[in-house]
Amino acid sequence: MTTTLRSAPPARPEQEFQVTAPVALGDVAKPLPFIEKIFENAVVRRGLILIGLALIWEAYGRWLESPLTFPTFLDTMTALKDGIVSGVIPQRMAVTLQTLVIGYFLGLIIAALLTTVAVTSRIGTDLLSTFTAMFNPLPAIALLPLALLWFGLGRPSLIFVIVHSVLWAVALNMHAGFLSVSETQRMAGRTFGLKGLRFVLGILIPAAFPAILAGLKIGWAFAWRTLIAAELVFGVSSGQGGLGWYIFENRNTLDTAAVFAGLLSVMAVGLIVEAVIFRVIEARTVRRWGMQRG
Amino acid sequence: MSQTLAPSMQPLAGAQTASPLVSVEGVTLQYKTPDHLVTATYRVSFQIHQQERVVLLGPSGCGKSTILKAIAGFMPPVEGRITLKGSVIASPGPDRMMVFQEFDQLLPWKTVQANVAYPMLVNGVSKQEAADRAADALTKVNLAKFMDAYPHMLSGGMKQRVAIARAMAMKPDVLLMDEPYAALDALTRRKMQEELLQLWDDVGFTLVFVTHSIEEAIVVGSRVVVLSPHPGQVRAELNCDHLGFTERDTPEFGQLAKRISGMLFDDHAVAH
Repeated sequence: MTTTLRSAPPARPEQEFQVTAPVALGDVAKPLPFIEKIFENAVVRRGLILIGLALIWEAYGRWLESPLTFPTFLDTMTALKDGIVSGVIPQRMAVTLQTLVIGYFLGLIIAALLTTVAVTSRIGTDLLSTFTAMFNPLPAIALLPLALLWFGLGRPSLIFVIVHSVLWAVALNMHAGFLSVSETQRMAGRTFGLKGLRFVLGILIPAAFPAILAGLKIGWAFAWRTLIAAELVFGVSSGQGGLGWYIFENRNTLDTAAVFAGLLSVMAVGLIVEAVIFRVIEARTVRRWGMQRG
Repeated sequence: MSQTLAPSMQPLAGAQTASPLVSVEGVTLQYKTPDHLVTATYRVSFQIHQQERVVLLGPSGCGKSTILKAIAGFMPPVEGRITLKGSVIASPGPDRMMVFQEFDQLLPWKTVQANVAYPMLVNGVSKQEAADRAADALTKVNLAKFMDAYPHMLSGGMKQRVAIARAMAMKPDVLLMDEPYAALDALTRRKMQEELLQLWDDVGFTLVFVTHSIEEAIVVGSRVVVLSPHPGQVRAELNCDHLGFTERDTPEFGQLAKRISGMLFDDHAVAH
């Protein structure tokens, strides 16, 4: 019926071909030239950017000639070297990191307990959702006045705000991670005969690991920023200041180069943890397992 | 393949007199959705004997997967009972290993070898023995070369092979397969069916296989339980051990397929 409306395709003969090796192309996989290989390396590219920034900084600092407001790159490096050689910066860094580690792990433990309650009962889920909805938007630093009132001037107050900054982000991610574990994997685990804690350790935690790791990273970032800010606000306790206090102290003595050195140290720690420690954990876990793209 | 499948019926007839390995007796299964209590199967009964390849066949909504889950122990029957070697099935266990349709049934954080060895380690098999049995099972499914790969590096068919190896290595009383090849392309599926039958020839396990493909049911099964939908009830139990790949173009194969298809479409007419 429709033949009048449609033009039929032309009748064509069948054909068969011989497949030949693509000799003209040479090797199918060719190595890249040396220069191209170097620029494929992210570290090299980013290193070049850093060198460029340092040059601009130095040039601007020399042109400005105002070491009080904007020390040159070389002055800052000298201050940093002095700080490290004299042992002040490493000692301050140790104080800060110690406080951080205590607060971070305390926060993780509480988050793990809260998540366990949340996944095992409905009231627990409601509790966690309500708590996170209430406290997650509250900046940890806003609790500092209260913490000072409760725990006094010193490490306990700092730990309190760190726990607050870590807890909610991590608990939220852990919980979401557990909920997203596929039904098939749960059933597979149960056919193996896994139950209770062995099921959680053997199936749920590794299966939820991408989300848990994301929570750990967010928690770390919150904790680090909160801690430095808290140290800047009330700084020293019993003669034991951290990096934040180092920055504050040197600003008071108008040693701006040392302030810059302190800021660079804060950046360095943040960078090392985020770009090295977490990167390594990621590469060895979720990326190797194909649960996250590399 | 032909000599492995063609001599049929005789061993089965002998097995019928023995007591069944798995017995499904008047089983009604129900599950809850947010708005409804759905009856998946209604008073379903059938038996599975040692070394049989029982296929549960039916259209979607006939509760065939639900029955398999009940045999696995994930779902207690509302009515009736399911027994394994005479004792009632109460919970999932490694004596009834299951192969799922989904490719994510393998644990992505373990290598292929570790995936296969893991259920054995959980159940107290020694490390050495678990490693040996895993290597053996992977060799049987032609994946010995991929022992150290992670699941995400494998194709769908290879993942299903690993899942089968994992289940086989446990030496379960019965192997449960829930539409294991449904998500594969036609060529791979056919290859996997052949491999499964070859494996059955070599090892001689008891298999319960769920599918909605009539052809797959006849090829894979030695006995087909045809289920009607909404709620699932047993419509027929048919023998097809004598029909395999080589018989696919025979009139007998065609007739059986037609007969089953007639049953399924009849039931559709009744249900709607």
